[in-house]
Amino acid sequence: MQEKRKLVFLHEKVHSSNRLTDVMLRKTRIILAAIAFTLITMLFLDFTGSLHRWFGWLAKIQFLPAVLAMNFAVVSILVILTLLCGRVYCSVICPLGVMQDIISWAHGRAKKKNRFRFSWSPAKNWLRYGMLAIFIAVAAAGLMSIAALIAPYSAYGRIAGSFLAPIWQWGNNLLAWFAGRVDSYAFYSTDVWMKSLPTFIIAAMTLIVIFILAWKNGRTWCNTICPVGTVLGFLSRFSLFKPVIDTEKCRNCGLCGRHCKASCINMKEHEIDYSRCVACFDCLDTCREGAISWSPVWKKKNSSKVQSRDALTGNDDVISHDSAHAGPCADNGRRTFIASAAMALTAATVKAQEMKVDGGLAAIQDKKAPRRMTPLKPAGSVSLKNFSEHCTACQLCVSVCPNQVLRPSGNLMTLMQPEMSFERGWCRPECTKCSEVCPSGPIRPVTVEEKSSIQIGHAVVIYENCVVNSDGVSCGNCARHCPSGAIRMVHSIPGDKSSLMIPTVVEERCIGCGACENLCPARPFSAIYVEGHEVHKRI
Amino acid sequence: MKDSGKIISRREFLKRSGAGAAALGLAAAGCTSGKEQELPEGTGGMTLRTSPTTGDKVSLLGYGCMRWPMTTDGDGNEIIDQEQVNRLVDKALASGVNYYDTSPVYCQGQSEKATAIALSGHPRDSYFLATKLSNFSNWSRENSILMYRKSLENLMTDYIDYYLLHSVGNGGKEHFIARYEENGMIDFLMKEREAGRIRNLGFSFHGNKESFDYVLGLHEKVHWDFVQIQMNYVDWRHAASRNVDAEYLYAELSSRGIPAVIMEPLLGGRLSNVPEYIADRLKERDPYSSVASWAFRFAGTFPDVLTVLSGMTYMEHLDENIRTYSPLRPLTEDDLGFLEETAVLMMQYPAVPCNDCKYCMPCPYGIDIPAVLLHYNKCVNEGNIAQNPGSEDYRRARRAYLVSYDRAVEKVRQADHCIGCKQCIPHCPQSIDIPHELHRIARYVEKLKRSV
Repeated sequence: MQEKRKLVFLHEKVHSSNRLTDVMLRKTRIILAAIAFTLITMLFLDFTGSLHRWFGWLAKIQFLPAVLAMNFAVVSILVILTLLCGRVYCSVICPLGVMQDIISWAHGRAKKKNRFRFSWSPAKNWLRYGMLAIFIAVAAAGLMSIAALIAPYSAYGRIAGSFLAPIWQWGNNLLAWFAGRVDSYAFYSTDVWMKSLPTFIIAAMTLIVIFILAWKNGRTWCNTICPVGTVLGFLSRFSLFKPVIDTEKCRNCGLCGRHCKASCINMKEHEIDYSRCVACFDCLDTCREGAISWSPVWKKKNSSKVQSRDALTGNDDVISHDSAHAGPCADNGRRTFIASAAMALTAATVKAQEMKVDGGLAAIQDKKAPRRMTPLKPAGSVSLKNFSEHCTACQLCVSVCPNQVLRPSGNLMTLMQPEMSFERGWCRPECTKCSEVCPSGPIRPVTVEEKSSIQIGHAVVIYENCVVNSDGVSCGNCARHCPSGAIRMVHSIPGDKSSLMIPTVVEERCIGCGACENLCPARPFSAIYVEGHEVHKRI
Repeated sequence: MKDSGKIISRREFLKRSGAGAAALGLAAAGCTSGKEQELPEGTGGMTLRTSPTTGDKVSLLGYGCMRWPMTTDGDGNEIIDQEQVNRLVDKALASGVNYYDTSPVYCQGQSEKATAIALSGHPRDSYFLATKLSNFSNWSRENSILMYRKSLENLMTDYIDYYLLHSVGNGGKEHFIARYEENGMIDFLMKEREAGRIRNLGFSFHGNKESFDYVLGLHEKVHWDFVQIQMNYVDWRHAASRNVDAEYLYAELSSRGIPAVIMEPLLGGRLSNVPEYIADRLKERDPYSSVASWAFRFAGTFPDVLTVLSGMTYMEHLDENIRTYSPLRPLTEDDLGFLEETAVLMMQYPAVPCNDCKYCMPCPYGIDIPAVLLHYNKCVNEGNIAQNPGSEDYRRARRAYLVSYDRAVEKVRQADHCIGCKQCIPHCPQSIDIPHELHRIARYVEKLKRSV
């Protein structure tokens, strides 16, 4: 009796030391992923932009942005990383991947049974390579905005920007309110507003689809739709370090397969599909026998074809099953979304007040965006073509724009890609935030000095709207605030020195900053607005 | 060291209470002329002044009904917080404050009614009502008479104790002639006075010397029962822009035996919210007195002052002013000299002389003019105006200014939206060149924003 107990103890001890490294690998992955995920999320929430100084690189090491930015260093490091360790990128660096892990983990938390809800399913190669081919074709056709719909990092950016940022900002505004009460300047209030309805809808749909996929089957998205996952998956087939099943030790319990969120462990064959393995190390941790280890290829154990004890009846039809659910749910999401959007919009309008005798405030109509023939892109974009080809619509620039100038486009060809408009502010000369944070090259870095000489558009006057004509008052607010002296005030009646002054634009000097449009008293349409240029030029 | 400080302050205190007693004696002497009635110190009764024309015993503290507390109704409209007004008026009456000064245009046109409602629980002969002919935008005879009758209706009374031509001098002499003479309103109001529906007829004045002299010259004909002027230790000799020094105004009235009603004794709070250095100076002279009490005592010290109006929004303001005048401790010659020095020092601060009267509002282009100017003044007083980006304090002051600016004024109502149409200028009783000041502030803010 005593001896038997001792044996068991020894047996466990050996296993526990073995398992220690497995647990360490998984723990390290979780800790690193949590840090990266939190920081990347913070990049989308921190509207002050101060976090970017320290952690902005986390956006720049994302695979697709790095490819678009032709950042060879980052791309090669990521390729080498994958060739060494498998898809660590997917389990640590990619925020959308980590988000799926969190959703899947939450499902497992609910019931212990749920933790072992996965099962092997064969790779849907036609689907993932098909999606990759379509993605590349659409991107190559210059329709990056369409391709970006399934780009992982930017999809996460849209979700964080649409759903988490408002909550963060409201929290901040609450703190700012308290700070205001105690005369502290630690927090200041920020505008929370619906920047683009289509982008919000797309973010909501993406979230719903990914939520359902992750909740049911873990990393389905990453192994069927995600173009980055497909590329890295192809590479990770050849990776140096891989989880390997030691068939000697394996007792065919099948736990690893049922715990694999990528559904890539084939227990029957004792095989792992390395193209789909996201290097999460969960299986290492799950195996009670220590039969799975993360080892270099040369140590690979020969897997004997032993019949699995419990043959698993897997749900192979993962995709069709999910998409059947995604339809009605997405529809429901749209409805709630429209309701919440309507609420957000009413909150944004300035409180109108009745005109009264003494005191009181005149009602102010909200400004409406003019219809611009050519969209406006920030300084550093070089050209519309460069912008639309490189932008993955991650919304990072939108979330840091302190002047509420950038918002996602609603145009189908440039959907979700940011563009500028000046209803809430203008592109201030001291700010180059968007060019600092942009990870993928549509907005290239510019200095404050360069920005002041880059012409992104030019101002156009609509004399019918001008208050000098409509109200008969003197104004000149556009000229007063023009930072480049491009607006000249001239007499409305030529030669009549007593006539009121109206603005004219010296197009050569105008840089398109929008100060005139934003500060023009005419509402809802300004009497002066900025028309974009296809190619930005230096003046 | 500490001990010696204590001894000095005690000695100072004794010396000062002696001076107070002497002043009291002086006031008692004034009493024999029938002009002034002083209750002995300690009983805490409100100082009363007697009107030479009607013999009204008016409390030295008068209630200005221009700054009633506001709240918002269900639709988000600004309305007077009536419950609060009732409490304030009850407290004021109980403490002897019996002069209530309102106007049809105050508080977005709601002041008269709210004041009347608050007073309606008290006997009509326990207080004096003052209101004004505020015919600024339309001064036709019909409209002016309509306004007068509407006041009687709003105030729920058959007679007005003190009726004023509102803001005479604004727009100069020509404006006065158009508003009151050519339309025959002066004659009309004199008849109303004969009929007893107006017990005292007077005017409130803001403006230049020429118009004051002209209107006061009508005394022979009209017999002004009182005149309301802006008087405080800054305006005494340092009136803003084209306005007349209060020293001249008061002397002119005094020489004709016309009692003065004082408005803006505190310059809309600018004499209570003073720069730190000035506050230190006043506190050092008398640690027991509030900064504001100096301004009230200044206005009350002059014997021909009938009452000193204060627009008290909060109970604390009311309590404090009641304390200051129950009874008044008049200032000594020495004190007056000290306040004149203080005024000279205050002139060195670049604050805008806005008293938050809101006559300029609403700005047709939506600018919250008083909020922008008051925020600027607040920053001046708190030392948050940073001129030199190289200075150590610049970053802190910059953040303080920009963050508090957005808190104080909605973005679309800030100074950079001022188009300079100048429609506000004629409304300003302080003759501030509002667009000029707003553009100056906008340039300052732009400079702050650019110096990251």
